[in-house]
Amino acid sequence: MSDSPVITQGAMEAAHHEHPPYQRHHFETIGQQNDATNFAMWLFLLTEIMFFGGLFTAYLILRNWYYPAFVAASHQLNIVWGSANTAVLITSSFTMAMGVWCAETRRKSGLVLCLVLTFLLGLVFLGIKSIEYSEKIEKHHVPGFHYSIQSFVDPASDPVAAAYGDKPLALDMARKTELYFFLYFAMTGMHALHMIIGIAILGFMIFRARAGAYTMGHVTFVENFGLYWHFVDIVWIFLFPLLYLISRHQ
Amino acid sequence: MSSTIVSLPDQSTARIPKVNFLTKENGLLSWLLTGDHKRIAILYLISISFFFFIGGALAGLIRLELLTPQSDLMATDTYNKVFSMHGIIMIFFFLVPSVPATLGNFFIPMMLGAKDLALPKVNLLSWYLYVAAGMLALYAMITGGVDTGWTFTTPLSTHYVNTNVITTGLAIFIAGFSSIFTGLNFIVTIHKMRAPGMTWFRMPLFVWAHYAASILMVLGTPVLAIALVLVVLERTVGIGVFDPAKGGDPLLFQHLFWFYSHPAVYIMILPGMGVINEVISTFSRKRVFGYTAVAFSSVAIAVFGFFVWAHHMFIMGVSNYAVLVFSLLTMLVAVPSAIKIFNWAFTLYKGSITFETPMLYSFGFMGLFTIGGLTGVFLGTSGTDIHLTETYFIVAHFHFVMVGGMLMAFLAGLHFWWPKMTGRMYPEKISQLAAVVTFIGFNFTFFPQFILGTLGMPRRYASYPPEFQVLNVFSTAGATILGVGYLLPVLYLTWSLKYGEIAGNNPWQATGLEWQTQSPPLTENFTEIPIMDHEAYDYEWLERQKEKEVTSVG
Amino acid sequence: MSEQHEQEHEHHIVSPKIYVTIFFALLVLTTATVAASFVEMGVFNPIVALAIAVVKAVLVVLFFMHVKYSTKLTKLTVGAGIFTFLVLISLTLADYFTRAWGRW
Repeated sequence: MSDSPVITQGAMEAAHHEHPPYQRHHFETIGQQNDATNFAMWLFLLTEIMFFGGLFTAYLILRNWYYPAFVAASHQLNIVWGSANTAVLITSSFTMAMGVWCAETRRKSGLVLCLVLTFLLGLVFLGIKSIEYSEKIEKHHVPGFHYSIQSFVDPASDPVAAAYGDKPLALDMARKTELYFFLYFAMTGMHALHMIIGIAILGFMIFRARAGAYTMGHVTFVENFGLYWHFVDIVWIFLFPLLYLISRHQ
Repeated sequence: MSSTIVSLPDQSTARIPKVNFLTKENGLLSWLLTGDHKRIAILYLISISFFFFIGGALAGLIRLELLTPQSDLMATDTYNKVFSMHGIIMIFFFLVPSVPATLGNFFIPMMLGAKDLALPKVNLLSWYLYVAAGMLALYAMITGGVDTGWTFTTPLSTHYVNTNVITTGLAIFIAGFSSIFTGLNFIVTIHKMRAPGMTWFRMPLFVWAHYAASILMVLGTPVLAIALVLVVLERTVGIGVFDPAKGGDPLLFQHLFWFYSHPAVYIMILPGMGVINEVISTFSRKRVFGYTAVAFSSVAIAVFGFFVWAHHMFIMGVSNYAVLVFSLLTMLVAVPSAIKIFNWAFTLYKGSITFETPMLYSFGFMGLFTIGGLTGVFLGTSGTDIHLTETYFIVAHFHFVMVGGMLMAFLAGLHFWWPKMTGRMYPEKISQLAAVVTFIGFNFTFFPQFILGTLGMPRRYASYPPEFQVLNVFSTAGATILGVGYLLPVLYLTWSLKYGEIAGNNPWQATGLEWQTQSPPLTENFTEIPIMDHEAYDYEWLERQKEKEVTSVG
Repeated sequence: MSEQHEQEHEHHIVSPKIYVTIFFALLVLTTATVAASFVEMGVFNPIVALAIAVVKAVLVVLFFMHVKYSTKLTKLTVGAGIFTFLVLISLTLADYFTRAWGRW
C-alpha cells in the first residue's frame, strides 16, 4: 500500500513561512505555540488551586470545630505585619503586571526595572514573613517543637493576648490552638515556598531580560510567569483575611 | 465475506521503511533525551511492563499464601506488606499510566494529525518523574516495605505502623506529578494541536476518553498530593490534623484521599474504554453507534466522578445524611457507563464482525466490565455496602473493573496498535489463545471471590476459616492460568519484533489518521500535515480512497 | 476549518492606566478589609472579609491575569478550577455539618 491517502497539501505552504527562532518545530504557527503554552500554564494553576484547596478544606472544618481556640490563636498574629505584607505582595503583583506590559511594548530597561522591583518586593515579603515566624518561635507557638499553650490558658501572662482581653481557655480547648498554628505554618509555608520558587525564576528572568530575550516580540515566558506570580498573590489575598482578620473581634 | 479483515502487503517484497522514528537516531542518549512522543511512549511501555511484572509477582505471592487457611508461607505482617505493595505498584505505577502514557502518548498526536504533543519536554519530564517515583517505591519495598494498604488510611499510617510510609508517600507524590503532567499535556494537545478539519466531533473516541481522563488527572491528583504531604508531616512533625488525640480528624484524610482516588478509578478505566471504541468499530466495520452520546458519556463520567467519593467511606463514620446523598450520586455514574456498554452492543449489531485478538480482548472487556460495574451498584447502595465492604466481594469487584476491564483493554490496544508501533504483526493464533486463556484464568481467579465476599471472608488477612478453602484454591489455581495468559504476550510480542510478518500501513483497514501513514511512523508522524475531510470511523471514505488509489495506479 | 486558528486571538495589551487603577483599587480594598475587621459585626465579620477577598481576587484574575481579554477557553478553565474547588469544600463540609444530625 502506498503512502497516506489523507495527506494533502497544507503544510507545504506553512513550511515556506519565515519562522522566528523561538518557534518550536512541532507547532505550525507562533500563535499556536503561544496559545498552547498559555493554556498549559492555566491548567497548571488549576492543579495549584486544588493543591491549596485541601488545606483550605482542613482549615474550614477545624475552625468550625474549635472556634474559641482558633480565635484566641489568631490573635497572636500581628495585623500590622500582615497588612504590610499584603500591600507588599499587591505592589509586587502590580510591578509584575507592568513588567508584562513593558515586555509586550518592547521596553527593555522598563522590563528589567519591573522585574528587579518584583524580585525585591518578593524578598521583602519573605523578610517580613520570617520576622513573624521568629516571633512564633520565641513564643513556642511552632506546633510539634516544644509547643506551649501558656498564652491561651493564662492570657494575662501574654501581652498580646492580654491586649485583646482574651479569656483563659479550658486546657482541652487550648491544646487545639496547636492545630491553628499548624495550619498557619502549613498554608503560609506552602505559600512562601511558591514565593521562593517564583523569586528564583525571577532572578533567572532578570538575567535574560538584560540580554534582551523578552523584548524581541516573544513574551510568553514573561506572561506565563506573571500568571504564576498573580496566582501566588491571590492565595495570599485569601490567607490574609482567613488567618489574620476574621477572628479579630471575638 | 472472508473471516478476517487483515490485509498485509506481499511478504516477499514488503520491507519495514528504512526511515522511521526508531531508526532516525541511534544510541542511548537519543532515547534518554528524546522529545518524540512515540519514543517516550516506548520508554513508558518498557517501564510499566517492568512494574506490572513486579506487581504480578506480588499478586502471585498473595494467592500462594491464601492457598491454605493458615498463614504458613509468610508471616502475617509480611503478607500485609505484600498486598500493600501489590496495590501501590499496580495502581500508581501500572494502571494509572498504562494506557494514557503508552498508547495515548503514542497515538493521540497521530490521531489528531499533529507532529507531537504540545509540550515534548514536559512529556519527557513526566517519564523521568515516573521512573524516579518507581525507583523510590522499589527502594521502600526492598528496605522494609510498607503495610498500610494502598489507601494509607489514617490513623494506621500515621500512628500505628512503623514501615516506610514516608518514602512510599513521597514516591506516590512524585508519581502524581508525572500523571498531572501527562494529563495537562493531553488537554493542551487536544485543544490546540488538531490538524485542519479535525473538529471536536471528528476526533476518534479514544481521544475523547483521554480528554475526560486528563481532566481528572489535572484536577484530582493535587488533592492526593496534599493529603500525602500532610501524612508525611504528621509522621515527621506530628502536626495533628489527622490525629484525634490532638483534635484532628482521621476521616479528613479519607475525604482528601478519595477525592482523588475515586476519580482515579476513572483515570484508569476511561482510556481503556477509549481503546474498546477503536477496536470494536474496526472489527465490526461500523461507525461507533451513537458517537456523540459515547463522547459525552466520557465527559459525564469525569464530571460525576468528582461527586461520589464518599461511597468508599460509608462504614467509616461519615454522616448518615452524607451517605444518602453520596449513594444517590453514585447511581448517576452507572448511567454514562451503561450508555457506553449499550452503544458498543449496538455497534456490533449487524456489523461484519471478525475475531482478531484485539476483538477477543474487547469482548472480554465488555463482559467483565459489565459484571464489575453492576457489582459496583451493589456497593454504591449503602445497605448492601455495609454488608459487603471490606470483604472479598469488593476485591472481586474492583479486580473485575481494573483487571478484567482495564488490563483487557490495555492488551486489546497493545495488540491492535502493535503493527503500527513496530511495523510487524504479532502471531495471530497464539495471541488468540492467550486472550482466551486470560479470560478463563481471570474468571477462575476472581469469580470465586464474589462468593467468598458474600459468605463474609474479609479482605487483607493472611489466614481465614477453613470452610473458605475450596473457593480460595479455585482462585489460586485461576491465578496461575492468568499468569500464563500474561506471560504469553511478553514472549510472542518480543518474538514478533524480529520474526513477525511485515504489517504495512494499515493491516486492519482502520480509518484513524494514525493508520494512513507508514508503520513504524516517521519522527514527526506525517510528511505533510493531513487535512481531515471526513467523519471518524467512516469506512466508506476508506473504500473510496482505496478505489482512487487503484484507478490512479492503473 | 481549523479551530485552533479561530482560537488565536489578537494579542490584547492591557494599558498601564488599567493596571494603576486596579492597583489602587486593591490597596483601597485591603485598607477596607483591615478596617472592617476592627468593627464589631458578629457573624458578618468573616462574610465581609471573604467578600472583599473575592472581589480582590476577581480584580487580579480579570485584569492582572488578563482573563477579561482572554478566550472563552481560558474563562472556562478558570471556572472549572473554581467549580472543582467548591465541590471539594462543599461536599466535604456536607459530611461534617450533618454528622450530629438526628443524634439527640
